[in-house]
Parts: sequence; C-alpha cells; structure tokens
Amino acid sequence: MRMILAAAAVLILAALPVFAPWLQFVLTLAIAKGFAALGVAVLLRAGLISIGHAMFFAASAYGVAFLARAGVNDFAVLLILSVLTAALFGAVAGAFLVRYRAIFFAMLNLAVSMVFYALCAKLYGVTGGTDGMAVPIPGIFGVVLAEPAFKSVLFYLSLTLMVLVGFAVHRYLNSPLGHALSAVHTNEIRLEYLGIPVWAVLLIAYVVSAALAGLGGAIAGFAIGRVVPEFAFWTASGHLVLIAVLGGIGGVPGAFLGALFLELLHSAAVTVTDAWNLIVGVALIIVIMFMPQGFYGLLSRKEASSL
Amino acid sequence: MSNAIIPLLLDSLASAALIFFAAVGLTLVFSVLRVLNVAHGTLYSIGGYVAASACLFIASRQLNPYLSFVALLFSAVFVAATLGPLIERSLIRWTYGKSEAVQILITFGLFLILEDLQRLIFGVQSFYEDAPMRLLGTTSIGGVVYLNYQILLIGLALLVVIGLRLLINHTRLGRLITAVVADREMAQSIGIDTNRIFILAFSLGVFLAALGGALATPTSGVAPGLGADIMVLAFAVAAIGGLGQIEGAAVASVIVGLARVLAIYWVPALDAVAPYAAMLVVLLIRPYGLFGSVTARRI
Repeated sequence: MRMILAAAAVLILAALPVFAPWLQFVLTLAIAKGFAALGVAVLLRAGLISIGHAMFFAASAYGVAFLARAGVNDFAVLLILSVLTAALFGAVAGAFLVRYRAIFFAMLNLAVSMVFYALCAKLYGVTGGTDGMAVPIPGIFGVVLAEPAFKSVLFYLSLTLMVLVGFAVHRYLNSPLGHALSAVHTNEIRLEYLGIPVWAVLLIAYVVSAALAGLGGAIAGFAIGRVVPEFAFWTASGHLVLIAVLGGIGGVPGAFLGALFLELLHSAAVTVTDAWNLIVGVALIIVIMFMPQGFYGLLSRKEASSL
Repeated sequence: MSNAIIPLLLDSLASAALIFFAAVGLTLVFSVLRVLNVAHGTLYSIGGYVAASACLFIASRQLNPYLSFVALLFSAVFVAATLGPLIERSLIRWTYGKSEAVQILITFGLFLILEDLQRLIFGVQSFYEDAPMRLLGTTSIGGVVYLNYQILLIGLALLVVIGLRLLINHTRLGRLITAVVADREMAQSIGIDTNRIFILAFSLGVFLAALGGALATPTSGVAPGLGADIMVLAFAVAAIGGLGQIEGAAVASVIVGLARVLAIYWVPALDAVAPYAAMLVVLLIRPYGLFGSVTARRI
C-alpha cells in the first residue's frame, strides 16, 4: 500500500512540469534540498544536530564550478566527482567532529561551516568572492543540449536519483548499521558494551550525510547556474535542519516531503505576502511542539523516530 | 609598526566590545536557562533599530543631541522589558529540559519570526545616526587620532563585566541565580521562584544584546542581515570563553579582536575568517571552551 502511494507520488511529480512548466525549477530545487535535508536527518537519528551541513551542499556546488573551469565538461563526471568531493570533505571533518555530542557537535559544525563560508566569500581571486562562480551547462555523454532541454534532463534525473538513492538510504537505515545510529541516540554506552564502535558508526553516517548534502548541492548548482557563498551560510544550514524536522526524520520520504511542501508553499506564498519566514518560523514551532514526528509521522503506521 | 597597529587594535577591541555585549547575554541565558538562544543576534539588531529610530527622531526634532545617549540606553531597556518576558513566557519555557536539537530548532523558528517582524516594522533600508559619536569627538595621542566613542565602548564592556560579577556575587538576586544554576530542582524545593529568575535572567540577556546593538548604531549602523552575522560571532565568542562563563566571554572577545588585528595586518583577505578559525581551534582542543568546565554549569 505504501509502495503504491510512493509510486503515485513520484508519477505525479514527474507529470507536474508537463502541465506547469514553471514548476520544473521549483521541484528540482526542492529535490536538491530534500537530498541535503535527508543527510541532516540521518544524523538527527543519532541525536546529532548539525548546523553546518550547508557547507557540504556548497562544497559540492563549488566543486562542480571548479571542475567546469578546469575543463571537465561531462555531466556524469561532474556530478560524481562533486559528490565525492563532498564525501571526502565529510570524511575529513567527520573524523574530528563525531567525537563530540549534543551542543558541542552543533557548535563545531557551525564553526567549520562558517570558516568555509568566510573563505568562499573572501578569497575573491579563487572563488569570485560574494559574486560566486558560474556553473555552465555541461554536455551529457558528449551531447550539448540547449538550456531548457538540459533543465528538463536535470529534473528527471533528480527524480530518478531521488527514488534510487532514497531506496539505498532506506536500506542503510534499516540495516544493523542504521539501527546502531538510533541506538547511539537511545544509549551510547550500552552500544559500546555490545562491542559496536560508536565512532565508526557515526563517521560512516557523517560521510553518508555529507555525500547526500553534496548531491543536493550539485543539483542545485546546475539548476541555478551559479554558486554563491550564501549556500554555506549558517541560516542555510538551519533551513536544512528545519526541512528535515518538518518532514519528519522517521523515514526517507520525510525529508523530501518537507522540502516539497516548503518550496511549493514558498512559491505560492510569495505572490501573497513577503512575510515568508514568519510563516515558516511559526510552522516550525508548531510542528516541533505538536507533531514531533513531522509530516512523515502522519503517514507512517508504526511509531516513527522523532527528535 | 606601532603607529599602524595601535589604531587597528583600538578599532578591533571596540568592535569586540560590541560583540561581547551580545556574547555575554547569550552565555548568561545559557547558564541560567540552559537554552542556547539562536535568536539572540536578532535581539541585538532589534536593539540597534530601535536606538537608531530614537536617535533619528531626536535629530529630526532638533532636540538636545545629548539626549541620544539616553535614547541608546532606554531603547535597550525598552526592548528587554517588552520582548524579554514575552519570549521567555510564550516560547522558551516550553523547551526547558528538552533535547538540544529541540531547543536549537525552536529558537531558530523564533529567529525566523523576529527577523521578519523586524523587516516588516523597520523596512529593508539601513539606519545610521552618528550623533553620539560626533559629540564625543576625538583624542590625539602621539600623533594618532582616536575616536572617544570607541574608548567609551571598551570602558562600558569592562563595566558590564564588573557589574555582572557584582550582581551575581553580592546581591540577593545574584545568589538566587547562582542557586538556580547550581541545582534547579533543589532551588525550587527550598522555595525559590525559578520562573521569576528565568524571566529576569532572560530579560537581562536580551537587555545586554539590545544594548550592544544600540551602541553599535553610531559606529556602523544597522541593516538587514546584521542579526545573523552577530549571532555567529557572539556564538564564537561565547563558545571560545566557555558557555556560561562571563569573564570567559570577555577574554574570548579580546582574543577574537586580536585575531582580527593579526589577520588584517598579515592577510587582510582573511579578517572575516579569523573569529571562526579561532573558535574552531579552541573548540577542537577544548570543546567546553577556554574557561568552561566539563559540566559547564557554573556562572
């Protein structure tokens, strides 16, 4: 039943741009943010809150821009290399950061991401400073498409990746490795006594979450056509956590639900009011207080993980 | 060298003093309420907007310009008296005893709300009124000209450190606060009205942030986005000093100021990186900050 529901949702998403072409960009961006929020949600399962994941989002988008500048002009290569860049970043940062818990983990992620942000904004000669860098339209297996065609390809690829990567993350979260994550949240010491290396469990989760944020960042970079330091600012990281919590961290669809809901509501709301953040802030507080399992909790039959 | 670096030093210490006001409020609220308020930077910028509006009003009515000093102080009191109890009672108190993730998210929601309210009330243009700075004039020592206002800022920051220490160690309220920080339940059971202490401590934190914002308007003005910038800087300073440490925040703001001076002197491009780099280095070595203890509950 839930599979049918999910399949129907994906089909509706695939069909929407045919009827409303302007939605294509909004949906691509929503899926991109959904990937990043999924990364944040993976860590939230272990009770770790990162206010710095926008760094991996931005690092990957900058990776695409740098590789394109260096002459790499193949979509697949750019996408894979930039996600690997984010994962590598995640492995290096994670090796230090997963030793910390609670507020210290949050603060250190914030510190690292703000160093990254300030470097991107200040090294004008390398990163173009606050002007950012252009992300050109790459060739797809040697075929160079016009911009509208490329954006369509990007959207349908994102949608496919959402399903494939979503399944992979679902399998990961339901594997012993994934259950160990929730166990860290419940009782870390007991986990150590069982002989499970918490450090390794968390480092793997950190690299996975950085790679997910990187995938989102690369897609966002291609969709927008430009990467700016604001991608890595702490409020962007805060928004990723917000999306993850709004959607619910109990399952993979949560992050995408949250991102789609927020982006669609945003496009609807900008025509009516510009007090957008006010609405989001109130919604966030209401969700945390009254529906700690997020939107996903409404759909899920069994008790879903919550904060 | 000294002719170049001393004005730079004063400049950095003056801006560090402004960040200190925000950081010490953050650290005070954290140690008493055990909540890290992500919206704290926005209270700084709201203080700035209110003060700038008041100063501009004084200037437009051509009242005695020295009134603007009174306006700076009273706008901070006004913001603290209105927003402090309101936010603590309506929102923050629901997060007591919840996990850090919940606290950070709820205050992040508050941050979004306050940023938008500030934009709706004060608009998106920047406010700037330097009457208080012009009134104080400059001092020339050894051929180098200093702004007296910057010296005043550093003096006020010192006054706040001493004042808070006196408040906590030598007044009845301070002892009550110390008791609540040490053991909330025990304090409650011996009859201390913890809710009152929470409201007072939170409002004091708001007052310090708003005072920082108000004092910043004559030097740099206020503009949208200031709250988010100040938030991370205040966070960096509070974290370097150790969350909950008042003197720690003071020392940390000097460290951040010095780090910026050295960065400007050697690699000017990296001056904005300096505070965060300092925070990163300190936290990696001592995650509970320079003066924090592992329990991080002292004041």
